Amino acid sequence: MNAFEAAQAREDFHEILRLVRPGARVLDIGCGEGALLELLAREKGIDGRGLEISPLGVSACLSRGLAVVQGDADRDLADFPTRAFDYAILSQTLQAVREPRVVLNELLRIADRAIVSLPNFGYWKVRLSLLATGRMPMTGSLPEPWYSTPNIHLCTLRDFTELCADLGVRVEASSALSDGKPARPMESARWIENWRAEQAIFLLSRPGSGERTAPPASYDRAAPKDDLFAR
Amino acid sequence: MSRVAGVTHMVGTDGGLIRFGPDRSLRLDSGAHLAGLEIAYRTYGQLNADRSNAVLICHALTGDQHVASPHPVTGKPGWWPRVVGPGKAIDPDRHFIVCSNVVGGCMGSTGPSSTDPLTGQPYGLAFPVITIADMVRAQAMLIDALGIDTLFAVVGGSMGGMQVLQWAADYPERLFSAVCIAAAARHSAQNIAFHEVGRQAIMADPDWRGGDYAQLGVRPEKGLAVARMSAHITYLSEAALQRKFGRELQRDGLSWGFDADFQVESYLRHQGAAFVDRFDANSYLYITRAMDNFDLAAAHGGSLARAFTRARDVRFCVLSFTSDWLYPTSESRSIVRALNAAAARASFVEIESDKGHDAFLLDEPVMIGALTGFLDAAGQARGLT
Repeated sequence: MNAFEAAQAREDFHEILRLVRPGARVLDIGCGEGALLELLAREKGIDGRGLEISPLGVSACLSRGLAVVQGDADRDLADFPTRAFDYAILSQTLQAVREPRVVLNELLRIADRAIVSLPNFGYWKVRLSLLATGRMPMTGSLPEPWYSTPNIHLCTLRDFTELCADLGVRVEASSALSDGKPARPMESARWIENWRAEQAIFLLSRPGSGERTAPPASYDRAAPKDDLFAR
Repeated sequence: MSRVAGVTHMVGTDGGLIRFGPDRSLRLDSGAHLAGLEIAYRTYGQLNADRSNAVLICHALTGDQHVASPHPVTGKPGWWPRVVGPGKAIDPDRHFIVCSNVVGGCMGSTGPSSTDPLTGQPYGLAFPVITIADMVRAQAMLIDALGIDTLFAVVGGSMGGMQVLQWAADYPERLFSAVCIAAAARHSAQNIAFHEVGRQAIMADPDWRGGDYAQLGVRPEKGLAVARMSAHITYLSEAALQRKFGRELQRDGLSWGFDADFQVESYLRHQGAAFVDRFDANSYLYITRAMDNFDLAAAHGGSLARAFTRARDVRFCVLSFTSDWLYPTSESRSIVRALNAAAARASFVEIESDKGHDAFLLDEPVMIGALTGFLDAAGQARGLT
């Protein structure tokens, strides 16, 4: 299986592919070696950009002809202009950033919609693992021991939907991923989902800013505010 | 020698000297015009049938057109052997590579050591002050004369990177891709300060003679050497200097005088002495001044993003090095931020290196890999084989 086929096989990528409108402008934050961006470009004809922390990841993206900037979600999202994208994708990363609230707000500043996926700490296997062993859970989607995991802000589905409500963020759609099976649409606020979803993918927007249906003709409205980008 | 519409070519198959007639003077940012402009350049490889494979390489402050062939004065190999050559990221088997000496330089292009048509003597300080934009305007005239409409890529490090940014601002429609390495969109106070030390060293040399040394048959070699020594420190990192020299002595024991006791002193003296054999002091003044005056945002109403508004279809690759304190990563990031704001196709990699600013000239596998990947993918998009 080559990298492209591997990307095609990922259920979370399938779900993201389903959520993204053809021809959209997409920023993939933490894009790795660019597999998702390449998949979105081939299947949906998107105009993609990426942000990736590892120089080798960025180099791999360059070899694929992708436009990717080295940087980190906590520090460098501020460098992107307001509403420059239709979608900002943050895949399995929100729980690893220092300031999840800030990052979430930044996603919906940069883009009209955010697609966020995260592991659900309320998943029954996680709860059972903690209950039964009395130790930090290690599961398929949380494979690292506590001392070496990058996940410093784990949350449950319920925590996340409450944070969205706090921040005035609307959950437009959500789906659950469990045991590598295809994504299943869900009502993320239902208590049962907080038990049975291993991972969740959310399509988020901010009421009042995500109302447009047609993509803008050009990037013109993303032109910088002078106070922001003048030196 | 051929003559086409006011342009005189003295070319071999691999470059030469191009002279623009009086009707094709170079308009300078200062308002002056440079008549009888000459551009010395080298080419490598062949221009393909649809003229889509031309790569312009812009050289740095003390560089020249001999990017991939021996230097005529020193006999040393081209200055970018790890990037340019058969099988390299920029490959004469695939690309038509053009590299020209900047206007103001001293390797054949019109500069302060050229003859002033008004006096019949070397210009000296009568040469007009030139800018990075003037250098780029002269390159565009050369590219025109070579029959190239659009460059597949414009590539440069340090001052070469500044020219790349200027190309993107002034001629974006003539670029398919642009690579800016270890550069900045403006000179900082610290950059200007170091250059001023160099210029003052030259002007303090009694043999500089107000810039008229060439007429008087002398050369301000001491001043130019000191300028090179101080600048050379800024091209290296503290770690690289320490690793290379530490406190190692040249001989056993100290001289208890002012000989070059330490190896680092001897190294810098050697750098200075070798430099004066191949470089002109007045060119050093003019080119450092051009770099100091460079501020791409200021030329666009204070907004760097505005400089790139027409460049959104250009594929950009911006590279910086962690230990480069001359043009630190923060400078490259502000370029990338502006490119993002202009919705250009920007890519950026900060390369981990302890070799300082000069890393762009050295064997840095991550840089080579990023550059090769970027240009190969751009070549595919451009339909180059």
